[in-house]
Amino acid sequence: MKLPLSWLKEYVEIDIPLEELAHRLTLAGLEVEEIRYVGWSPPRSKGTQETKITGFGWDPEKIVVGAIKEVRPHPNADRLVLCRLDDGEEEHTVLTGAPNLFPYLDQGELDPPLKAAYAREGARIIDAYSESDQQEVAVIERREIRGVESYSMACSERELGISNDHEGIILLDEDAPTGVPLADYMGDAVFDIAITPNIARVANVVGVAREVAAITGADFQFPSLDVKMEGPEMEDLASVEIKEPELNPRFVLGLIADIERKPSPYWVQRRLKLAGIRPINNVVDATNYTMLEIGEPLHAFDYDLLVERAGGEAPTIITRRAEKGETLTTLDDVERELDDYSVLVTDTQGPLSIAGVMGGAETEVNEHTKKVLLEGASWNYINVRRTVKSQRLSSEAAYRFERGVHPALASQGVLRCLEWLRKWTGGEVARGLVDAYPQPFRDPCVKLTEEDVNKWLGIQLSPEEIAELLRRLDFSVEVKDEELEIEVPPHRLDIGEGMIGKADLLEEIARIYGYDRIPETNLAAELPAQKGNPALELEETLRDLLVRMGLQEVVTYRITSPASENRIFPAGKGWGEGEHVRLANPITDERTVLRRSLLTSLLDIVDANYRVREQITLFEIGPEFSPREEGNGLPREKDRWAVVMTGLRSEVHWQEGTPGNYDYYDLKGVVESIAGELHLGDLSFAPHQDPRFHPGKCARVQVGEEYLGVIGEIHPLVRENYRLPDTPVVMGELELDILVEHFSRLYEVEPLPSQPPVLEDLAIVVDERVPASGIADVIRETAGELLADLQLFDVYQGDQVGEGKKSLAYNLVYQHPRKTLTDKEVAAIRERIIKNLDKEFSAYLRR
Amino acid sequence: MEEKLDQIKQQALTALADIRQLDQLEEWQVKFLGRNSRVMGVFKSLGDLPQEERPRVGRWANQVKVTLENALQEKKAELRQEATNRQLQEETIDVTLPGRPVRGGGLHPTTQTMRELYRVFGDMGFQIYRSRQVETDLFNFQLLNFPPHHPARDMQDTFFVRSEADRGENPLLLRTHTSPGQIHAMREITDQYPEDPPPIRIILPGMCYRYEQITSRSEIQFNQIEGLAVGKGITFGDLKGTLSSFARRVFGQNAKTRFRASHFPFTEPSAEMDVGCFLCEGEGCSVCKGTGWLEILGCGMVHPTVLENGGYDPEMYSGFAFGLGPERITMMRHHIEDIRYFWTNDLRFLEQL
Repeated sequence: MKLPLSWLKEYVEIDIPLEELAHRLTLAGLEVEEIRYVGWSPPRSKGTQETKITGFGWDPEKIVVGAIKEVRPHPNADRLVLCRLDDGEEEHTVLTGAPNLFPYLDQGELDPPLKAAYAREGARIIDAYSESDQQEVAVIERREIRGVESYSMACSERELGISNDHEGIILLDEDAPTGVPLADYMGDAVFDIAITPNIARVANVVGVAREVAAITGADFQFPSLDVKMEGPEMEDLASVEIKEPELNPRFVLGLIADIERKPSPYWVQRRLKLAGIRPINNVVDATNYTMLEIGEPLHAFDYDLLVERAGGEAPTIITRRAEKGETLTTLDDVERELDDYSVLVTDTQGPLSIAGVMGGAETEVNEHTKKVLLEGASWNYINVRRTVKSQRLSSEAAYRFERGVHPALASQGVLRCLEWLRKWTGGEVARGLVDAYPQPFRDPCVKLTEEDVNKWLGIQLSPEEIAELLRRLDFSVEVKDEELEIEVPPHRLDIGEGMIGKADLLEEIARIYGYDRIPETNLAAELPAQKGNPALELEETLRDLLVRMGLQEVVTYRITSPASENRIFPAGKGWGEGEHVRLANPITDERTVLRRSLLTSLLDIVDANYRVREQITLFEIGPEFSPREEGNGLPREKDRWAVVMTGLRSEVHWQEGTPGNYDYYDLKGVVESIAGELHLGDLSFAPHQDPRFHPGKCARVQVGEEYLGVIGEIHPLVRENYRLPDTPVVMGELELDILVEHFSRLYEVEPLPSQPPVLEDLAIVVDERVPASGIADVIRETAGELLADLQLFDVYQGDQVGEGKKSLAYNLVYQHPRKTLTDKEVAAIRERIIKNLDKEFSAYLRR
Repeated sequence: MEEKLDQIKQQALTALADIRQLDQLEEWQVKFLGRNSRVMGVFKSLGDLPQEERPRVGRWANQVKVTLENALQEKKAELRQEATNRQLQEETIDVTLPGRPVRGGGLHPTTQTMRELYRVFGDMGFQIYRSRQVETDLFNFQLLNFPPHHPARDMQDTFFVRSEADRGENPLLLRTHTSPGQIHAMREITDQYPEDPPPIRIILPGMCYRYEQITSRSEIQFNQIEGLAVGKGITFGDLKGTLSSFARRVFGQNAKTRFRASHFPFTEPSAEMDVGCFLCEGEGCSVCKGTGWLEILGCGMVHPTVLENGGYDPEMYSGFAFGLGPERITMMRHHIEDIRYFWTNDLRFLEQL
């Protein structure tokens, strides 16, 4: 919210530097994001600036209030005029092309003169014609324009950095004092304050002024609500009927007649512009000005149109819920179809405006309007909010109403606005107001003790000190012994009752006392039982192990699209409809569902990296989501770990030949190492079919009888889907909970053997279709506990073993825990192994 | 005789000086110190000398022998040294050629930061509590004091999984913060001990989701670490003390902190904690945008409604909560200006961290 300081100063005295004020407001929760100087010179920055400082200062010597006494034609140019201008010292001839001076051309001596912002020779102004985004400063120089000498000018708002307006020159109010430095007359600074939802009550000048007073200790002055009322009795002119007081607690009407619709005084227009609102005319401006000033949004109807609709009678205003499908054309000329949660202001003939959001086109104030009926009301914020959302329609009024406006403001707003209307339109205000307030709002009363403050905030304050802090914010506080009875002032809706009210007040006390003054203490409360988080701890161990094996961790998007999810399948295969958790409100087609698998995420990352790296080994640990509901009616979330390896097994080095590519066995090695490090126990791999993988290079991994995951080389057709190079990509996706379940810290350490081992090599020839794991199993089973280690060191196929055969060569290490094995004992075991291999697989020793 | 010995010595030393190869030394040794050498011949012929000359000649001969032996050892050492030097010379490599790459894996930068935070809060007794990511409106908002249609919901644009049309006022959604875990954690305890529930001190890490365009400054997913301490007699001063300790652990013992009033529906009073910019030490830089301060976390005393929804009586218990973003801290530390780097996983980015 943008707030001109000149306006703020009408209600509170400010005698500290603006940067200091901004700092204190920021600490108290009103974050001042920017101070924009308009006319006053921005301070030279020194060191750090908490608040962004911008703006443009006007040289008091060179930019002053000027009085234009006559507007004459330019001898050589139709689109320029010459002004005779008095700058308080002497008269000048000033050239301008400003369209807003043309109505005064050739009218002789102007009485009263037009007041303008006059920049003397050498003045620095903003270059209005610069193409740059940054404001560029220009210096006014003496030159000849179409045969007339020019050395000074009357400025537009853009040239002085007030607004972007460059349609004409500034015409100041009549009473502007000629010759006075413009910066003294209307220099200003605009505070831009970020408003969080809980402090929507300060989204107005009075609200901020009250905070400033509380923080700095200065006096706060509420604006006068006096109105000169000389017209007929208001109660004869209109009546109000509220159908649902929960939706519309209060509705107030006032009226002003005989108005002249015209532009507002310049000072009003300037303030509105600095606050970010476009001036329209004096009627609309008065409602906006009052809203910005005290926070009550107002709506102006053309009264005569309402009387016409009522068949010449005094109109009855009815507020009610819209019927579903009911329509109204709003001020922006859009026909809107409403839902039954929207609230309407209607008359006996039908809807007039959407309550709290926007007026209707038919009864708005127009150039023929003579009488203005002014509405100030209070609405249920939820209905306003739902309407704003469903209609995609926002307004300054709705911004306030959807955050809550206290009903007390309804009459204050109408009174304040009527007086502005009277002053700016010259009209006559009807006597009294129509005020329908069927359910007066009961402001909460909260009880609080010194002990509460100490217990929650950790500060010792006396009841009187607490009372003083709260009174600064307009709370009325009564100190009764130990207890304070606090009444919430009638402009706040953010303070609750009971325990909640207490917490709300504690925040106010802390804020005004100053968060920075509350001493820091260490937690003295009881330390809870320390349980750890075994699942997370194992997950972190797994991360460390994978990193140790040279893999890089990635973290990827969990929101993806079915197309992206199906890229990991060969054409014609993929996830079915309904196999994903789907977003109800996706932002783009690329992110519509939650992922079912980490493999697609990893392939996306390979895809993003293979052009810059020849070796890629990645892993991710994270969830996949399945629409299958768990017991609680929510989708299933399951943590998994996934690994991908592709490209060169090691980086190219000048000393070595080109390294080989990663293959299935690299990945299998990783999984085996993890299982070994975590002491999972019995790990097995069996051939497996999965459409995503190469049918001959894919395995199902088990721990004991339990499924751990699937690993393999991705199907060559999948590689094509990703347009990856012709290099194997191996990847696997494995369960995390199985690791947690089988991981044990209580594994046993074997004692070191006291005797030397016996080493032996065996080369076994067997049919090529026999899996190596079968041979190894037979050897292990036969040799029993004496076999300390078994390593396959060579696999051979070729002439030497014959067609359809392969040779598997093993190192065997025999070890007896207590004695040295004899050759005879080892020979006996060897023979049993050979016999069993023969029996099981018709295998024989290679000669 | 002495002259003869000196002559032998001279001859031997001259011959030794000419030797350039280690293997020639043996030949020299045989010739000048061997059994049949002339020096040994002198010893052998000592008996032929008159009695009174024997000791003198003997000593003389012995001196010559020792001199030659020493000279041999010296020469041997010298030649060894030369040989070694030659070999080392030949073995010299170009030390500027690239080293053999070691395949080092790495943790994702977010993981690194999260682990650091786990450690720091762990030392203060905060245990790690995780909960699900697809949540109900009830847990993500309502129980945390965001009633339906509350304006504070605007601060957290939400991805819905099943909309209001399907589920009325309790739609399914992707959690927008890890705060639903606060309620889960409190209820786990208060369900078990409804009468006098024990205290809580946890941090809640995990991925959260917001309905945002993906740009260099906003993401649809981000990690959050929240903290929650509930017990008897926990004050706002404790909140300040705990979080300032955290800041000093993470940003250096000289780190300054300040607390600004702010608003979160689930805390009251609420605050934001800023840390004095640790990059420019308060001088003003592009990371702190010239303010000298960095916004690090939001925090506050747990709202009575939230305590009550968790099963703790707000008249007896109090507590504080806070939330911070590990990615944001990582970005500030390493001057990363594009938040998309985190989930794009370009190895050229990850390998730098």
